[in-house]
Amino acid sequence: MPYFSKAFGNPSSFHSTGLEAKKAIQKARKRIAKILNCKPEEVIFAGSGTESLNYAIKGIAFKAMLEEKRGTIITQKTEHHAVIEIMEWLKKIGFNIVMLKVNENGVVEEEELRKALEENKGTVLLVTIMYANNEIGTIQPIKKLASVAHKYGVVFHTDACQGAEYLKLNVEELSVDMMTLNGSKVYAFKGTGLLYKKKGIEIEPLIHGGGQEKGARGGTENVAGIIGIAKALEIAEKEKKKESARLEKLRDYMINKILKKIPQTILNGDKKERLPNNVNISFKGVEGESILLRLDEKGIRASTGSACSSQSLEPSHVLLAIGRTHGLAHGSIRFSLGKGTTKTQIDYTIKNLKKIVFELRQLSSAWNGGKVIDKE
Amino acid sequence: MQIEEQNWFYSPTVKEHFFKPKHAWVKDKSPTGYDAYGFYGSMKCGDKMEMWIKVKKDKIVDLKWKTFGCASAIASTSMLATKIKKKSGMDIKKDLQITPMDIIKRLGGLPSIKIHCSVMGDKALQSAIYDYKVKNKREDLKVEKPEEEKH
Repeated sequence: MPYFSKAFGNPSSFHSTGLEAKKAIQKARKRIAKILNCKPEEVIFAGSGTESLNYAIKGIAFKAMLEEKRGTIITQKTEHHAVIEIMEWLKKIGFNIVMLKVNENGVVEEEELRKALEENKGTVLLVTIMYANNEIGTIQPIKKLASVAHKYGVVFHTDACQGAEYLKLNVEELSVDMMTLNGSKVYAFKGTGLLYKKKGIEIEPLIHGGGQEKGARGGTENVAGIIGIAKALEIAEKEKKKESARLEKLRDYMINKILKKIPQTILNGDKKERLPNNVNISFKGVEGESILLRLDEKGIRASTGSACSSQSLEPSHVLLAIGRTHGLAHGSIRFSLGKGTTKTQIDYTIKNLKKIVFELRQLSSAWNGGKVIDKE
Repeated sequence: MQIEEQNWFYSPTVKEHFFKPKHAWVKDKSPTGYDAYGFYGSMKCGDKMEMWIKVKKDKIVDLKWKTFGCASAIASTSMLATKIKKKSGMDIKKDLQITPMDIIKRLGGLPSIKIHCSVMGDKALQSAIYDYKVKNKREDLKVEKPEEEKH
């Protein structure tokens, strides 16, 4: 941790300690640019993925407002809450927000985007679509969607916070104009993030201040955090191919086995275009939090799209967007695989899961001997 | 009696009832031979409770319940069922003596977000007694049909 103990200088200072910190940031920026296949000055550091999303989206909106304009921003229904809440706020101040629907696998179809661009022709400021979904793991056809946006001369941003560890981050290959990444999802420090912004795309800053990041983001840089995110991305890049292939195999093994061994179960998300670490399944007739707590007792950690485990008492907006009933959204369980996951662990999980789902269905007022009651 | 907001984990009593629910009906087919049936909640809200009661001399002498619900709903109803069965059974002529707050207290508290789950059993019970009232033309019973859950 030399950037806490030795090179703790303020990168904006002219003395040598400050200079050392400044150099370290420059070096980190170059390393990241190499991974993203962009120019170093196209990388802007931020305090989190959420901040970067706010910067990219509001930056475009503020630019329009400076010109006394409003306009249309296109996004889609399964975005992370961070994006959805920005959109709700922009709507309040007069922007036209279009939320594209997704198909039953959670994929945004090119035709949907094309229609929205056509309908709002001349007013669209930005298209922002997530790279991969955090709940159901669906990977969007980013390159194709970006090229649709470009045909209409519209800027394309992608939220790549989820899946940066496993997916290609080459911005040229993806043909995106802006891309948000965060640190904690690639095992870097929490409270770090960055925005790739293609040269020539002008947006207004979100945080005004001392001219850091060439005026794009005020505030003294988080030197250690920036170096950490560079290192974490390098490690992820190095292990990406091998680890993705390993997890994909385990993931498919787990999905197929659950669907086969436990009756009346449905996979949520796309079977192929899916994050290697994501398994999300709905169990008819049972509530997710009950499954989750029974699994926890066996040392298995999972999460659910059930309202019962959320603060809002609303079931997952993602599951509702792909057309799941409330009952199926409440009965969904997500397993996240990771570096330590093995086949033995998966077998142990499925063995317990089968028993737990069976027992809870026996207790359930919605199971009805397998003739599931799922009226709204 | 609320567990701190940040504290997601349930009390040991909740866990005990959740893992071993009392007087629950854990079979595919509905139970037979009960005098009245009540239900409350909807799939939309993620909670659906059913209850069957046996009444003798205006006392609930037996009951069974089933739920599509979370740990709070399961534990609260299990606790409620235990209370109803205690002694010689609950008197249906009197007001419902067991309040949701009472149940929560006996469970050692619930996270505040989960309080609403604890009324499920209570409302299903009310619905069952109302069913008994209608079936047996017992206009003397004060119980009314529970209002639908608003969401």
